[in-house]
Amino acid sequence: MTDVPITLSARGLDRSRVTGLLQRYGVYGAVAALLVFNAVFTDHFLTVGNLRTQLVQVSPIVIVALGMALVIGTEGVDLSVGSTMALASALLPLYLGYGLAPALLLALFAGVVVGLVNGSLVALVGLQPIVATLALFVGGRGLALVIADGQLKQIQNRDLLGLGTDSLLGIPLVVLIAGVLAIVIAFLVQRTTFGRQLVAVGGNRAAAALAGLPVKRVLIGVYVVCGVLAALAGVLATARLTASDPSALGNLMELSAITAVVVGGTPLTGGSVRVLGTVTGALLMQLLHATLVTHNLHDSTAQMAQAAIILVAVYVARERRSR
Amino acid sequence: MAPSEAVEAASVPAGTAEPPGAPAVLEAVRVSKRFPGVVALDEVSFALRAGEIHALVGENGAGKSTLIKLLTGVHRPDGGELRLGDAPVSFHRPYEAQQAGISTIYQEVNLVPLMSVARNIFLGREPKNRFGLIDFPRMHREAAELLTGFGVRADPRRPLHTLGVGTQQMVALARAVSVRARVVVMDEPTSSLEPREVETLFRVIGELHGRGIAIVYVSHRLDELYRICDRVTVLRDGWHVHTGELRELDRMRLVSMMLGREIAEVRRHGTTGFGDGHQAERRPVLTATGLTSGQVLRDVGLELHPGEVLGLGGLLGSGRSETAKAVAGALALDGGEISVGGRPLRRLTPAAAIRAGISLLPEDRKAEGIVPGLSVRENIVLAALPRLSRAGIVSRGRQDRIVDVFMKRLRIKASSPEQKVGELSGGNQQKVLLARWLCLEPKVLLLDEPTRGIDVGAKAEVQALIDDLAQEGLAVLLISSDIEELIEGSDRILVLRGGAVAGELTGDRVEESELLAVLADETADETADATVGATKGSAAPEEPAAPKEDRR
Repeated sequence: MTDVPITLSARGLDRSRVTGLLQRYGVYGAVAALLVFNAVFTDHFLTVGNLRTQLVQVSPIVIVALGMALVIGTEGVDLSVGSTMALASALLPLYLGYGLAPALLLALFAGVVVGLVNGSLVALVGLQPIVATLALFVGGRGLALVIADGQLKQIQNRDLLGLGTDSLLGIPLVVLIAGVLAIVIAFLVQRTTFGRQLVAVGGNRAAAALAGLPVKRVLIGVYVVCGVLAALAGVLATARLTASDPSALGNLMELSAITAVVVGGTPLTGGSVRVLGTVTGALLMQLLHATLVTHNLHDSTAQMAQAAIILVAVYVARERRSR
Repeated sequence: MAPSEAVEAASVPAGTAEPPGAPAVLEAVRVSKRFPGVVALDEVSFALRAGEIHALVGENGAGKSTLIKLLTGVHRPDGGELRLGDAPVSFHRPYEAQQAGISTIYQEVNLVPLMSVARNIFLGREPKNRFGLIDFPRMHREAAELLTGFGVRADPRRPLHTLGVGTQQMVALARAVSVRARVVVMDEPTSSLEPREVETLFRVIGELHGRGIAIVYVSHRLDELYRICDRVTVLRDGWHVHTGELRELDRMRLVSMMLGREIAEVRRHGTTGFGDGHQAERRPVLTATGLTSGQVLRDVGLELHPGEVLGLGGLLGSGRSETAKAVAGALALDGGEISVGGRPLRRLTPAAAIRAGISLLPEDRKAEGIVPGLSVRENIVLAALPRLSRAGIVSRGRQDRIVDVFMKRLRIKASSPEQKVGELSGGNQQKVLLARWLCLEPKVLLLDEPTRGIDVGAKAEVQALIDDLAQEGLAVLLISSDIEELIEGSDRILVLRGGAVAGELTGDRVEESELLAVLADETADETADATVGATKGSAAPEEPAAPKEDRR
């Protein structure tokens, strides 16, 4: 369903060209195809209200996935993002009494600390990223539960709740923040020294080290950025939920984020970061789920469809590399 | 698959081979292969006669590798056909070519590093005992016999990665031969071997030749071709240029066919791209003293003067690369001091060395040099990023200017600066790396095997460039296994042996016989080590532990 427009226009090209095109533009084509499908077959899908809901729901995933894309670009992975969200969420109520700003800063600071720990374990100790971040995947949520005393806390602070419900020029704040962050991260990757060094470290670490690049600093920085983005996503999710719920918030978020990155065409082998692809990847998974659910398919069916999309994305990426 | 079968197949006349000589055992008839954007082979014909050693030569990008990949089933031709004996064949996978008796030894050793030597040799066809399990004692015995035949004295139970590169190459060869091949394809088998190992390889090739096995031999080293090959096929830019007896072709003529240049031009420049000696200044720009690192480096000291090329001689494993890495801050040292322009470096890291003006072109281009997924532009500016940016934001305009200058100066052939480096030929990748270092305007350039595995044309260009750079006042350290290159390129040669300085050649003493004399000293006192190739330290303590693990 997703490939039809591309394969038709590409008929006559050789196979590797087709897979190349698929890998580069497949995810955009798939989103377009889904939208067209819904325009024709789903009532009330392409309405401002519905699209707004979809975008608001996908925004936290997009924000986390942006950080994840950077980490994956260095041939790493960060499993602790969901726990980081919970940690940020648990810290919020503690300082909300002093106003939104101190509480927000503290929550983001927790993201910095998580990133520093993850980055140090990877860059200085030399642990495998999957093991290093597994520590805080488990420990982070535990700490969050200790801080929150294992309880769900209702949020009363109007400023914080506003983050989740207010709009600017008709666009929900959450969506706006995710959009701005996507642009910032794209700029970071494409135009800054840090971004280019990050990609080089992911592409060939030995070469980057011999070229005098600050490999350790880059790695730690990447995990810090990922941690801060996850913490911010935790704050926004808390605002949407109007409650701090460290036992449930951000559960399985690491998998959603990795999925968005992979479906968006960023290779797990590092050396490349596709920001727009990642955003679109998150959008694709969200729209697919929404489409299937509105057509009265069960949630579990939707999950299987998502699994199929992931397999297709990984398959296309593999085809490309083995050429 | 037995040798006798090869003879049978060979005795059947093949219609399309040229009239004289033995019939073809393996043949490619007007084969073409296109990749996106390039025609790698354009109706090239190639016939390998039974029992001959056939050289396949050409610059990088000539189509040698593609032709080999067609012959060995890695790629399939877009046009034309392959014939084995007198029947057309098509291989869908390398395995099918192997089953048909075509074995390949690749340029880079293609084995499983963590498995034992014996397991590597018998991978996929291990001898089984009556329970259907691998018969380890038999496998080890047979592996040992095979290796002894090649003059390699390594324990077949040791993991492959603990052996030197040369020994690993021998293991690959043992594997290829033991599958009862009737055609063996060798893609630059000597590029990582020491002279002694090359001799062993040639002896083995002679044996294969005696058994009637046909060999396709790809190499950039002309000496080797003239020593062992019967016929030669020259490719250039995907075209077939020449096939004939090698003996009837003099070197100049062969080189000129490969390059597509006039003979007179080649002769005027010599076969290497180096000019005459340089005028070096008195005061050294770089001084290194007492470099020591475990067993690898023992109190190595050297001085480099602006405008000179200092050669670093020695056999594989003598500490040449390690010396260069130590100077570049990329090797952890137990002791030693490095100073540039009289100022000692306080911290020895690659970044500190680069800031002080020391640049290292590493030996292993793929593993330590290029970032294959990034573009030519990004690879060139990689080390210079901080200098090309303001407040952490990289200026695209400044990048483009630098990249443009160096792509022109080094004549880097790429479809555009945005082409991925991984898609370029070896020679062009090397030029990209040189550009990466030159755009930092270094004072000292350390070149570790700058021309290894690159084509003749690019080789001459790189050599000429080294010459120019020294003339412009750069201090150059040159490491090369190519003795001709080392002698013609260097003003002075420091010879290393076992991680220590063994001698220095200056002035008129920079010549082959003197260098060999210093190198040859080694064979007397260190023969025992030599068979294990570049293996570090002594192997003895490891051996008792290994068998237990393998028998499990």
